Amino acid sequence: MILASATGFAVPHIDYTAILPELILIGGSLVLLAAGALNVRHLPTRVYSLLSGATGVAALIAGIVLWQKVHGGGHPLTAVAHSLVIDGFSTAFVILSACIIIVSSAIADGYLRREGIAGPEFHALALLGASGAMLMAAANDFIVIFLGLEIMSIPLYVLAALDQRRAESGEAGMKYFVLGAFSSAIFVYGIALTYGATGSTNLAQIAGYLATNVSTSNGLLLAGAGLLLVGFLFKVAAVPFHMWTPDVYQGAPTPATGFMAAIAKVGGFAALLRVFFSSFHSLEASWQPILWVVAVLTLVTGAVLGLVQRDVKRMLAYSSINHAGFILLGLQAASREGMSASLYYVFVYAFLVLGSFAVITVVGGRGDTSHAIESYRGLARRQPLLGFGFAVLLLAQAGAPFTTGFLGKLYVVEAAVRSHSYALAVIAMLTGAVAAAFYLRVVFVMYSLPAGEAAPAMALADGGALATGTEPAAAVAAPAGESRGGVLVAAPPEAPAGAATGAGGGLRLRAASLGIAPSTLAGIAVTVLFTLALGIWPAPLFSFVHAAGLLF
Amino acid sequence: MSVPADFYLTLSAVMFTIGAVGLLVRRNVLVMFMCVELMLNAANLAFITFARELNDVGGQIAVFFVLVVAAAEVVVGLGIIVAIFRRRVGATADDVHVLKG
Repeated sequence: MILASATGFAVPHIDYTAILPELILIGGSLVLLAAGALNVRHLPTRVYSLLSGATGVAALIAGIVLWQKVHGGGHPLTAVAHSLVIDGFSTAFVILSACIIIVSSAIADGYLRREGIAGPEFHALALLGASGAMLMAAANDFIVIFLGLEIMSIPLYVLAALDQRRAESGEAGMKYFVLGAFSSAIFVYGIALTYGATGSTNLAQIAGYLATNVSTSNGLLLAGAGLLLVGFLFKVAAVPFHMWTPDVYQGAPTPATGFMAAIAKVGGFAALLRVFFSSFHSLEASWQPILWVVAVLTLVTGAVLGLVQRDVKRMLAYSSINHAGFILLGLQAASREGMSASLYYVFVYAFLVLGSFAVITVVGGRGDTSHAIESYRGLARRQPLLGFGFAVLLLAQAGAPFTTGFLGKLYVVEAAVRSHSYALAVIAMLTGAVAAAFYLRVVFVMYSLPAGEAAPAMALADGGALATGTEPAAAVAAPAGESRGGVLVAAPPEAPAGAATGAGGGLRLRAASLGIAPSTLAGIAVTVLFTLALGIWPAPLFSFVHAAGLLF
Repeated sequence: MSVPADFYLTLSAVMFTIGAVGLLVRRNVLVMFMCVELMLNAANLAFITFARELNDVGGQIAVFFVLVVAAAEVVVGLGIIVAIFRRRVGATADDVHVLKG
């Protein structure tokens, strides 16, 4: 009956250039799977990693082209019957997701070869997951957000369960899946209720409806928006929906954890920011107090529980909960500054977490098992470069000056203060100080304790044997060269390629002697350079993010 | 003649609640999957009810998307369970590959 009455159904025009980055990633994933299936795993892992990285570069180029297209006039365009919107915001996330894929491909390459995991599965799943995150950022319709959420989440469930040899991995995959499916179902019910209350699933139409209709009893709408918020908070690991995070982060293969932590935050916050800044903007008075409470709980829980962890992966899981609280600060501010600050924080955090988990991948050793803090004893003496990189990444997460982490925290707290959430700003800074304690503990363990004493417990026995008098000199020289090169290649698009060749080439000799894949080291170097260079010279990233913060 | 929309919405809410509570209290993973399906179908029922009330085809289309995603989700979920189960059985399942080629 209703279907028959819906006459005049027009096939929508599909602008393929607008969805090119997503198409490239999905295409790359299919090519990888086909190559893997046709060659019966005779292709070396390096080929798959290169294909994945090349796909990421292609998506990055497509993203930059889109950025040029929408940024100049400042007028966004909608595509595929207004279900997607291509604006600065969505293209910025396209660019970020592509960068994550490139760095993550490099990091995962070393892991896959060390563990002898043949086949293209890791990269194919990662590419699909990233395409889902891009879709979430570009979605202009709740159904598309839901599709993006699932395209992102389902590969992440499998990535968590990818390591068949460790029971923890399967358990992590299952826990992530059950709780993820639970949150998706809640999210869908939220969409249904919002649809019932507003008559549309289109974000722009919902915003228009809410702007013109002032409802006195909008229980249905508030329930729908509440359920949607729950679904999002699950994905970005905010308290009280964070229960899965420590278990999944600890159990998943380490490079998958890094990728998951980065891409889930990117996709989740992209959609969360767009929905609550555009569609539900007029409900601000209703959701701001809720987010205030959620942000406080998230900040405090992440910082306090992080203190008592003995496992570095678990510690970083609580740290990621703490970071989610900081990003929520910008959303809670519900202002233009808050939007830019949250965006900036997501950009910064994605690189920090990728790099941190890359170092953990290296230290975890064959089998991916040594993740206790004890494994880091004397790391900076055995492997000065690796120790230096991890120290930079941890100090940046703690908010040390001259790093992007410091600026990220500064901008979100500033946004909170400008919207008069003084108490929230103070709580955030206090939890930042508490969280700094557990980051500094790892740095302290890495630097101050002699390497020789804990030799039997070391994960990288070959590294310890090679420690000679010449190493400190090399360590002092190399970081200086790195940071100088970092300023030169500071523009985000060029950074991965430039550093991969520059740092990778210089490190190859050392890396080979230590049994660490140069590709993983190159990935770590990129994230460290990003953190330092844009921390010292913040203008490019901040103006980029500020331009991207303009919603349609 | 026709059933009021409130009845459908109440049924949908009840289904959703049963699913949510079931997922939280049951310990069998397969039953937990069924609870997720129940929650998704509760959302589908709500979509269709609202589509009828609003005389809008969008809600009906949404149901198809949700159905497809639910199917994909279960495929992956069952795959993960099978992977865990194979590991649990342990050496016997892992050792059968010696007879290949």
